[in-house]
Amino acid sequence: MKASVAGYARAQSLGHAFDLLQSAQGEAVVIAGGQSLVASLNLRLSEEALLVDIRHLPELRGVVLHEGVLRLGALTRHAELAQAPLVAEHAPLLTQAAPLIAHAAIRSRGTLGGSLANADPAAELPACMIALAAEILVRSAGNERRIPADAFFEGLFTTALEEGEIIVAVDIPLKAAGDRHVIRELTRRSGDYAIVGLAGVKSVDGVRLAYFGVSDKPVLAAGAMTILNSGGSIEDAVSALQDDLDPESDPHASAEYRRHLAAVLLRRVLADMTNS
Amino acid sequence: MSQAAFEQLVDISLTVNGERVEARVPAGRHVVDFLRLDLGLTGAHAGCEHGVCGACTLQIDGEIVRGCLILAAQMDGAEIWTIEGVTDSKEITDLQDNFVERNALQCGFCTPGMIFAARDILTRHQGVPSREDIREHISGNYCRCTGYEAIVDAIETTARARNSEQEAAE
Repeated sequence: MKASVAGYARAQSLGHAFDLLQSAQGEAVVIAGGQSLVASLNLRLSEEALLVDIRHLPELRGVVLHEGVLRLGALTRHAELAQAPLVAEHAPLLTQAAPLIAHAAIRSRGTLGGSLANADPAAELPACMIALAAEILVRSAGNERRIPADAFFEGLFTTALEEGEIIVAVDIPLKAAGDRHVIRELTRRSGDYAIVGLAGVKSVDGVRLAYFGVSDKPVLAAGAMTILNSGGSIEDAVSALQDDLDPESDPHASAEYRRHLAAVLLRRVLADMTNS
Repeated sequence: MSQAAFEQLVDISLTVNGERVEARVPAGRHVVDFLRLDLGLTGAHAGCEHGVCGACTLQIDGEIVRGCLILAAQMDGAEIWTIEGVTDSKEITDLQDNFVERNALQCGFCTPGMIFAARDILTRHQGVPSREDIREHISGNYCRCTGYEAIVDAIETTARARNSEQEAAE
Protein backbone atom coordinates (compact mmCIF):
# COMPACT_ATOMS: atom_id res chain seq x y z
CA MET A 1 0.00 0.00 0.00
CA LYS A 2 0.97 3.66 0.00
CA ALA A 3 2.55 5.25 3.05
CA SER A 4 0.26 7.25 5.31
CA VAL A 5 2.17 10.42 6.15
CA ALA A 6 0.60 13.58 7.55
CA GLY A 7 3.62 15.82 7.07
CA TYR A 8 7.37 15.95 6.61
CA ALA A 9 10.10 18.20 7.95
CA ARG A 10 13.83 17.96 7.40
CA ALA A 11 15.80 18.79 10.53
CA GLN A 12 18.64 21.26 9.89
CA SER A 13 20.36 20.50 13.20
CA LEU A 14 19.82 18.31 16.24
CA GLY A 15 18.34 21.31 18.08
CA HIS A 16 15.95 21.86 15.19
CA ALA A 17 14.94 18.18 15.37
CA PHE A 18 14.07 18.57 19.08
CA ASP A 19 12.03 21.70 18.29
CA LEU A 20 10.14 19.84 15.58
CA LEU A 21 9.41 16.89 17.87
CA GLN A 22 8.19 19.25 20.58
CA SER A 23 5.98 21.24 18.21
CA ALA A 24 4.26 18.06 17.08
CA GLN A 25 3.23 17.30 20.68
CA GLY A 26 3.84 13.59 20.51
CA GLU A 27 2.47 13.13 16.99
CA ALA A 28 5.87 13.02 15.26
CA VAL A 29 8.25 10.15 14.65
CA VAL A 30 11.90 10.34 13.69
CA ILE A 31 12.90 8.99 10.28
CA ALA A 32 16.45 8.22 9.17
CA GLY A 33 16.95 5.36 6.69
CA GLY A 34 13.27 4.47 7.01
CA GLN A 35 13.80 0.79 6.21
CA SER A 36 11.45 -0.40 8.95
CA LEU A 37 9.42 2.79 9.41
CA VAL A 38 8.38 3.25 5.77
CA ALA A 39 7.45 -0.45 5.51
CA SER A 40 5.26 -0.04 8.57
CA LEU A 41 3.74 3.19 7.19
CA ASN A 42 3.02 1.32 3.93
CA LEU A 43 1.32 -1.49 5.82
CA ARG A 44 -0.62 1.12 7.83
CA LEU A 45 0.74 -0.42 11.03
CA SER A 46 1.77 3.05 12.18
CA GLU A 47 -0.62 5.91 12.78
CA GLU A 48 -0.62 8.61 10.12
CA ALA A 49 2.59 10.29 11.16
CA LEU A 50 4.44 13.57 11.07
CA LEU A 51 8.02 12.75 10.07
CA VAL A 52 11.15 14.46 11.37
CA ASP A 53 13.98 13.58 8.96
CA ILE A 54 17.35 13.41 10.74
CA ARG A 55 19.23 11.65 7.94
CA HIS A 56 21.42 14.63 7.10
CA LEU A 57 22.65 15.58 10.56
CA PRO A 58 26.45 15.38 10.66
CA GLU A 59 26.50 15.17 14.48
CA LEU A 60 24.89 11.72 14.25
CA ARG A 61 27.52 10.32 11.90
CA GLY A 62 30.94 8.80 12.27
CA VAL A 63 32.83 5.73 13.43
CA VAL A 64 35.59 6.81 15.82
CA LEU A 65 37.67 5.77 18.82
CA HIS A 66 36.60 8.04 21.65
CA GLU A 67 37.96 7.91 25.21
CA GLY A 68 38.76 4.20 25.09
CA VAL A 69 35.57 3.01 23.41
CA LEU A 70 34.36 2.57 19.85
CA ARG A 71 31.76 5.25 19.19
CA LEU A 72 29.31 4.58 16.37
CA GLY A 73 27.09 7.42 15.23
CA ALA A 74 23.37 6.62 15.13
CA LEU A 75 23.29 7.18 11.35
CA THR A 76 25.93 4.49 10.69
CA ARG A 77 24.37 2.37 7.97
CA HIS A 78 24.50 -1.45 8.02
CA ALA A 79 26.59 -1.39 4.82
CA GLU A 80 29.10 0.87 6.61
CA LEU A 81 29.20 -1.42 9.67
CA ALA A 82 30.11 -4.31 7.37
CA GLN A 83 32.98 -2.35 5.76
CA ALA A 84 34.45 -0.11 8.48
CA PRO A 85 38.02 -1.15 9.43
CA LEU A 86 37.63 0.24 12.99
CA VAL A 87 34.55 -1.93 13.51
CA ALA A 88 36.35 -5.01 12.16
CA GLU A 89 39.24 -4.36 14.55
CA HIS A 90 37.37 -3.43 17.72
CA ALA A 91 33.88 -4.93 17.42
CA PRO A 92 34.03 -7.74 14.84
CA LEU A 93 30.69 -9.02 16.14
CA LEU A 94 29.11 -6.16 14.20
CA THR A 95 31.16 -6.87 11.06
CA GLN A 96 29.75 -10.40 11.19
CA ALA A 97 26.23 -9.25 12.03
CA ALA A 98 25.77 -6.62 9.31
CA PRO A 99 25.61 -9.02 6.32
CA LEU A 100 22.92 -11.02 8.15
CA ILE A 101 20.59 -8.01 8.12
CA ALA A 102 18.07 -8.13 5.26
CA HIS A 103 19.54 -7.56 1.77
CA ALA A 104 22.13 -5.32 0.11
CA ALA A 105 19.47 -2.85 -1.08
CA ILE A 106 18.27 -2.41 2.52
CA ARG A 107 21.68 -2.40 4.22
CA SER A 108 22.63 0.54 2.01
CA ARG A 109 20.00 2.64 3.74
CA GLY A 110 19.08 1.19 7.14
CA THR A 111 20.85 2.68 10.18
CA LEU A 112 22.16 1.44 13.52
CA GLY A 113 20.15 3.99 15.50
CA GLY A 114 17.02 3.11 13.55
CA SER A 115 17.39 -0.59 14.24
CA LEU A 116 17.90 0.01 17.98
CA ALA A 117 15.00 2.47 18.27
CA ASN A 118 12.73 0.10 16.35
CA ALA A 119 13.61 -2.77 18.74
CA ASP A 120 12.41 -5.66 16.64
CA PRO A 121 12.89 -8.70 18.91
CA ALA A 122 14.22 -10.77 16.00
CA ALA A 123 16.74 -8.15 14.83
CA GLU A 124 20.48 -8.74 15.10
CA LEU A 125 21.82 -5.38 16.31
CA PRO A 126 19.86 -5.05 19.57
CA ALA A 127 21.15 -8.47 20.69
CA CYS A 128 24.68 -7.51 19.60
CA MET A 129 24.52 -4.38 21.77
CA ILE A 130 23.61 -6.51 24.80
CA ALA A 131 26.32 -9.10 24.09
CA LEU A 132 28.87 -6.28 23.70
CA ALA A 133 27.68 -4.51 26.89
CA ALA A 134 27.30 -1.35 24.82
CA GLU A 135 25.88 1.93 26.07
CA ILE A 136 23.32 3.86 24.07
CA LEU A 137 23.73 7.64 24.07
CA VAL A 138 20.45 9.48 23.98
CA ARG A 139 19.80 13.20 23.82
CA SER A 140 16.75 15.41 24.20
CA ALA A 141 16.32 19.19 24.12
CA GLY A 142 17.60 19.65 27.66
CA ASN A 143 19.31 16.43 28.60
CA GLU A 144 21.76 13.73 27.62
CA ARG A 145 21.92 10.26 29.14
CA ARG A 146 23.65 6.94 28.63
CA ILE A 147 21.54 3.80 28.79
CA PRO A 148 23.16 0.36 29.16
CA ALA A 149 21.94 -1.91 26.36
CA ASP A 150 20.66 -4.35 29.02
CA ALA A 151 18.17 -1.72 30.18
CA PHE A 152 17.34 -0.18 26.79
CA PHE A 153 15.13 -2.88 25.26
CA GLU A 154 11.90 -3.17 27.23
CA GLY A 155 9.61 -5.23 25.04
CA LEU A 156 8.08 -5.67 21.60
CA PHE A 157 9.12 -2.57 19.62
CA THR A 158 9.46 -0.81 22.97
CA THR A 159 12.58 0.88 24.37
CA ALA A 160 13.63 3.12 27.24
CA LEU A 161 13.53 6.12 24.84
CA GLU A 162 11.23 8.81 26.14
CA GLU A 163 9.24 11.30 24.13
CA GLY A 164 11.51 13.89 22.55
CA GLU A 165 14.65 11.75 22.83
CA ILE A 166 16.85 10.73 19.91
CA ILE A 167 19.64 8.13 19.85
CA VAL A 168 22.84 9.97 18.92
CA ALA A 169 25.45 7.19 19.16
CA VAL A 170 26.47 3.96 20.85
CA ASP A 171 29.67 3.34 22.81
CA ILE A 172 31.16 -0.13 22.57
CA PRO A 173 33.97 -1.49 24.80
CA LEU A 174 37.00 -2.37 22.68
CA LYS A 175 37.75 -6.00 21.93
CA ALA A 176 40.91 -7.22 23.70
CA ALA A 177 43.44 -9.50 22.04
CA GLY A 178 42.09 -12.84 23.28
CA ASP A 179 38.38 -11.96 23.08
CA ARG A 180 36.05 -13.87 20.79
CA HIS A 181 33.05 -12.43 18.96
CA VAL A 182 30.58 -14.79 17.27
CA ILE A 183 27.07 -14.34 15.90
CA ARG A 184 24.99 -17.10 14.36
CA GLU A 185 21.37 -17.27 13.35
CA LEU A 186 19.00 -19.73 11.75
CA THR A 187 16.69 -18.49 9.00
CA ARG A 188 14.60 -20.20 6.39
CA ARG A 189 15.94 -17.94 3.63
CA SER A 190 18.91 -15.62 3.39
CA GLY A 191 17.98 -12.15 4.62
CA ASP A 192 14.92 -13.22 6.62
CA TYR A 193 14.54 -12.32 10.26
CA ALA A 194 16.05 -15.06 12.40
CA ILE A 195 13.87 -17.86 13.77
CA VAL A 196 16.48 -17.91 16.52
CA GLY A 197 19.83 -16.13 16.73
CA LEU A 198 22.67 -15.87 19.23
CA ALA A 199 25.28 -13.14 19.65
CA GLY A 200 28.18 -14.15 21.89
CA VAL A 201 31.16 -12.26 23.29
CA LYS A 202 33.95 -13.96 25.28
CA SER A 203 36.34 -11.78 27.26
CA VAL A 204 38.38 -11.92 30.48
CA ASP A 205 35.14 -11.10 32.30
CA GLY A 206 33.56 -14.28 30.95
CA VAL A 207 31.11 -15.01 28.19
CA ARG A 208 27.99 -12.96 27.37
CA LEU A 209 25.25 -14.64 25.34
CA ALA A 210 22.36 -12.63 23.90
CA TYR A 211 19.57 -14.47 22.10
CA PHE A 212 17.20 -12.88 19.58
CA GLY A 213 13.95 -14.17 18.09
CA VAL A 214 13.04 -16.03 21.30
CA SER A 215 11.04 -13.43 23.20
CA ASP A 216 9.51 -9.95 22.88
CA LYS A 217 13.04 -8.52 23.27
CA PRO A 218 16.63 -9.78 23.12
CA VAL A 219 17.42 -12.03 26.08
CA LEU A 220 20.65 -12.55 28.02
CA ALA A 221 21.03 -16.27 28.81
CA ALA A 222 21.98 -15.56 32.42
CA GLY A 223 21.84 -19.12 33.74
CA ALA A 224 23.94 -20.58 30.92
CA MET A 225 26.44 -17.71 31.31
CA THR A 226 26.80 -18.35 35.06
CA ILE A 227 27.51 -22.02 34.45
CA LEU A 228 30.05 -21.37 31.69
CA ASN A 229 31.73 -18.57 33.62
CA SER A 230 32.21 -20.79 36.69
CA GLY A 231 33.82 -23.58 34.67
CA GLY A 232 30.67 -25.67 34.10
CA SER A 233 30.15 -27.93 31.10
CA ILE A 234 28.52 -27.03 27.80
CA GLU A 235 25.83 -29.66 28.46
CA ASP A 236 24.95 -28.04 31.79
CA ALA A 237 24.79 -24.66 30.05
CA VAL A 238 22.47 -26.11 27.41
CA SER A 239 20.24 -27.47 30.21
CA ALA A 240 20.17 -24.05 31.84
CA LEU A 241 18.65 -22.58 28.65
CA GLN A 242 15.41 -24.29 29.69
CA ASP A 243 15.06 -21.68 32.44
CA ASP A 244 16.77 -18.80 30.59
CA LEU A 245 14.47 -18.83 27.58
CA ASP A 246 10.71 -18.95 27.32
CA PRO A 247 10.00 -18.74 23.58
CA GLU A 248 6.50 -18.61 22.17
CA SER A 249 5.01 -20.44 19.24
CA ASP A 250 4.16 -18.44 16.13
CA PRO A 251 3.48 -19.29 12.46
CA HIS A 252 7.24 -19.48 11.81
CA ALA A 253 8.20 -21.97 14.51
CA SER A 254 6.87 -23.71 17.60
CA ALA A 255 8.22 -22.89 21.06
CA GLU A 256 9.71 -26.37 21.30
CA TYR A 257 11.50 -26.01 17.96
CA ARG A 258 12.91 -22.65 19.07
CA ARG A 259 14.21 -24.25 22.27
CA HIS A 260 15.87 -26.94 20.19
CA LEU A 261 17.47 -24.37 17.87
CA ALA A 262 18.65 -22.28 20.82
CA ALA A 263 20.58 -25.30 22.14
CA VAL A 264 22.01 -26.01 18.67
CA LEU A 265 23.18 -22.40 18.37
CA LEU A 266 24.77 -22.40 21.83
CA ARG A 267 26.90 -25.43 20.93
CA ARG A 268 27.88 -23.90 17.58
CA VAL A 269 28.74 -20.48 19.00
CA LEU A 270 30.85 -21.99 21.80
CA ALA A 271 32.61 -24.23 19.26
CA ASP A 272 33.31 -21.19 17.06
CA MET A 273 34.74 -19.34 20.08
CA THR A 274 37.07 -22.25 20.83
CA ASN A 275 38.13 -22.78 17.23
CA SER A 276 38.51 -19.22 16.02
CA MET B 1 7.10 26.76 16.23
CA SER B 2 3.85 25.06 15.30
CA GLN B 3 2.96 22.01 13.28
CA ALA B 4 3.07 24.34 10.26
CA ALA B 5 6.76 23.40 10.03
CA PHE B 6 5.63 20.04 8.69
CA GLU B 7 4.80 20.07 5.00
CA GLN B 8 2.27 17.95 3.19
CA LEU B 9 3.84 18.92 -0.12
CA VAL B 10 7.63 18.95 -0.16
CA ASP B 11 9.86 20.72 -2.69
CA ILE B 12 12.79 18.64 -3.88
CA SER B 13 15.62 19.23 -6.32
CA LEU B 14 17.56 16.22 -7.57
CA THR B 15 18.98 14.52 -10.65
CA VAL B 16 17.35 11.55 -12.32
CA ASN B 17 19.37 9.71 -14.96
CA GLY B 18 21.69 12.69 -15.16
CA GLU B 19 18.95 15.27 -15.72
CA ARG B 20 18.03 17.96 -13.20
CA VAL B 21 14.52 17.60 -11.77
CA GLU B 22 12.58 20.06 -9.58
CA ALA B 23 9.37 18.73 -8.11
CA ARG B 24 6.77 19.19 -5.41
CA VAL B 25 5.80 15.83 -3.96
CA PRO B 26 3.23 14.62 -1.42
CA ALA B 27 4.97 13.81 1.89
CA GLY B 28 4.04 10.11 1.71
CA ARG B 29 4.96 9.55 -1.96
CA HIS B 30 7.41 6.66 -2.49
CA VAL B 31 10.37 7.21 -4.77
CA VAL B 32 9.13 4.45 -7.07
CA ASP B 33 5.74 6.17 -7.43
CA PHE B 34 7.40 9.54 -7.93
CA LEU B 35 9.39 8.05 -10.81
CA ARG B 36 6.47 6.14 -12.32
CA LEU B 37 3.59 8.55 -11.82
CA ASP B 38 5.23 11.99 -11.82
CA LEU B 39 8.14 11.45 -14.20
CA GLY B 40 6.70 8.68 -16.39
CA LEU B 41 9.70 6.42 -15.76
CA THR B 42 7.88 3.12 -15.42
CA GLY B 43 10.94 0.85 -15.51
CA ALA B 44 11.10 0.37 -11.75
CA HIS B 45 8.09 -1.72 -10.76
CA ALA B 46 5.95 -1.39 -7.64
CA GLY B 47 5.31 -4.91 -6.40
CA CYS B 48 4.78 -5.73 -2.74
CA GLU B 49 5.24 -2.14 -1.53
CA HIS B 50 6.76 -3.22 1.76
CA GLY B 51 10.35 -3.93 0.89
CA VAL B 52 10.22 -7.66 0.31
CA CYS B 53 10.02 -8.41 -3.42
CA GLY B 54 12.79 -6.20 -4.83
CA ALA B 55 10.92 -5.26 -8.04
CA CYS B 56 11.45 -1.55 -7.25
CA THR B 57 15.25 -1.84 -6.82
CA LEU B 58 17.08 1.15 -8.29
CA GLN B 59 20.17 3.23 -7.56
CA ILE B 60 20.34 6.29 -5.31
CA ASP B 61 23.62 8.05 -4.53
CA GLY B 62 25.66 5.18 -5.91
CA GLU B 63 23.95 2.34 -4.03
CA ILE B 64 21.04 0.04 -4.74
CA VAL B 65 17.92 0.69 -2.67
CA ARG B 66 14.26 -0.24 -2.43
CA GLY B 67 12.16 2.41 -4.22
CA CYS B 68 9.15 1.55 -2.05
CA LEU B 69 10.98 2.07 1.26
CA ILE B 70 12.19 5.58 0.51
CA LEU B 71 10.07 8.70 0.41
CA ALA B 72 10.52 11.12 -2.46
CA ALA B 73 10.42 13.88 0.17
CA GLN B 74 13.82 12.62 1.39
CA MET B 75 15.35 12.94 -2.06
CA ASP B 76 16.41 16.59 -2.06
CA GLY B 77 19.95 16.65 -3.46
CA ALA B 78 19.92 12.96 -4.45
CA GLU B 79 21.23 11.35 -7.62
CA ILE B 80 18.89 8.64 -8.92
CA TRP B 81 19.52 6.17 -11.73
CA THR B 82 16.72 4.00 -13.09
CA ILE B 83 16.75 1.14 -15.57
CA GLU B 84 15.94 3.65 -18.34
CA GLY B 85 19.09 5.65 -17.58
CA VAL B 86 21.50 2.73 -17.32
CA THR B 87 19.99 1.19 -20.46
CA ASP B 88 20.46 4.39 -22.48
CA SER B 89 24.06 4.71 -21.29
CA LYS B 90 24.68 1.18 -22.66
CA GLU B 91 26.78 0.25 -19.64
CA ILE B 92 24.78 -2.94 -19.02
CA THR B 93 24.01 -3.99 -22.60
CA ASP B 94 26.11 -7.14 -22.12
CA LEU B 95 24.17 -8.09 -18.97
CA GLN B 96 20.83 -7.44 -20.64
CA ASP B 97 21.85 -9.45 -23.72
CA ASN B 98 22.87 -12.35 -21.49
CA PHE B 99 19.49 -12.23 -19.70
CA VAL B 100 17.77 -12.57 -23.10
CA GLU B 101 20.23 -15.17 -24.39
CA ARG B 102 19.80 -17.37 -21.32
CA ASN B 103 16.00 -16.84 -20.96
CA ALA B 104 16.59 -15.28 -17.56
CA LEU B 105 13.16 -13.68 -17.64
CA GLN B 106 9.66 -14.69 -18.60
CA CYS B 107 7.04 -12.18 -17.50
CA GLY B 108 9.72 -9.53 -16.89
CA PHE B 109 8.20 -7.97 -13.80
CA CYS B 110 11.25 -8.62 -11.61
CA THR B 111 13.79 -7.92 -14.34
CA PRO B 112 14.59 -4.20 -13.87
CA GLY B 113 15.17 -4.74 -10.14
CA MET B 114 17.06 -7.96 -10.78
CA ILE B 115 19.31 -6.18 -13.29
CA PHE B 116 20.16 -3.53 -10.67
CA ALA B 117 21.03 -6.20 -8.07
CA ALA B 118 23.13 -8.02 -10.70
CA ARG B 119 24.82 -4.83 -11.85
CA ASP B 120 25.67 -4.07 -8.21
CA ILE B 121 27.54 -7.33 -7.59
CA LEU B 122 29.24 -7.12 -11.02
CA THR B 123 30.51 -3.64 -10.13
CA ARG B 124 31.56 -4.37 -6.56
CA HIS B 125 33.02 -7.84 -6.81
CA GLN B 126 36.67 -8.25 -7.75
CA GLY B 127 37.02 -10.97 -10.38
CA VAL B 128 34.24 -13.50 -11.00
CA PRO B 129 31.83 -13.95 -8.07
CA SER B 130 30.88 -17.51 -7.11
CA ARG B 131 27.36 -18.73 -7.87
CA GLU B 132 26.79 -18.70 -4.12
CA ASP B 133 27.83 -15.02 -3.93
CA ILE B 134 25.51 -14.22 -6.85
CA ARG B 135 22.59 -16.04 -5.22
CA GLU B 136 23.22 -14.21 -1.95
CA HIS B 137 23.31 -10.84 -3.69
CA ILE B 138 20.02 -11.39 -5.56
CA SER B 139 18.37 -12.99 -2.51
CA GLY B 140 16.29 -9.84 -1.96
CA ASN B 141 14.79 -9.99 -5.47
CA TYR B 142 11.90 -12.37 -6.10
CA CYS B 143 11.35 -14.04 -9.47
CA ARG B 144 8.28 -16.25 -9.75
CA CYS B 145 8.95 -17.45 -13.32
CA THR B 146 12.49 -18.69 -13.82
CA GLY B 147 13.56 -20.55 -10.69
CA TYR B 148 16.64 -18.28 -10.62
CA GLU B 149 19.04 -20.76 -12.26
CA ALA B 150 18.99 -18.93 -15.60
CA ILE B 151 19.40 -15.58 -13.84
CA VAL B 152 22.49 -16.81 -11.99
CA ASP B 153 23.80 -18.18 -15.31
CA ALA B 154 23.32 -14.82 -17.05
CA ILE B 155 25.09 -12.90 -14.29
CA GLU B 156 27.93 -15.43 -14.10
CA THR B 157 28.38 -15.36 -17.89
CA THR B 158 28.57 -11.56 -17.83
CA ALA B 159 31.10 -11.62 -14.98
CA ARG B 160 33.31 -14.13 -16.81
CA ALA B 161 33.21 -12.16 -20.05
CA ARG B 162 34.02 -8.87 -18.32
CA ASN B 163 36.82 -10.52 -16.36
CA SER B 164 38.38 -11.98 -19.55
CA GLU B 165 38.22 -8.61 -21.25
CA GLN B 166 39.86 -6.97 -18.27
CA GLU B 167 42.63 -9.58 -18.12
CA ALA B 168 43.21 -9.22 -21.87
CA ALA B 169 43.52 -5.46 -21.43
CA GLU B 170 46.13 -5.75 -18.64
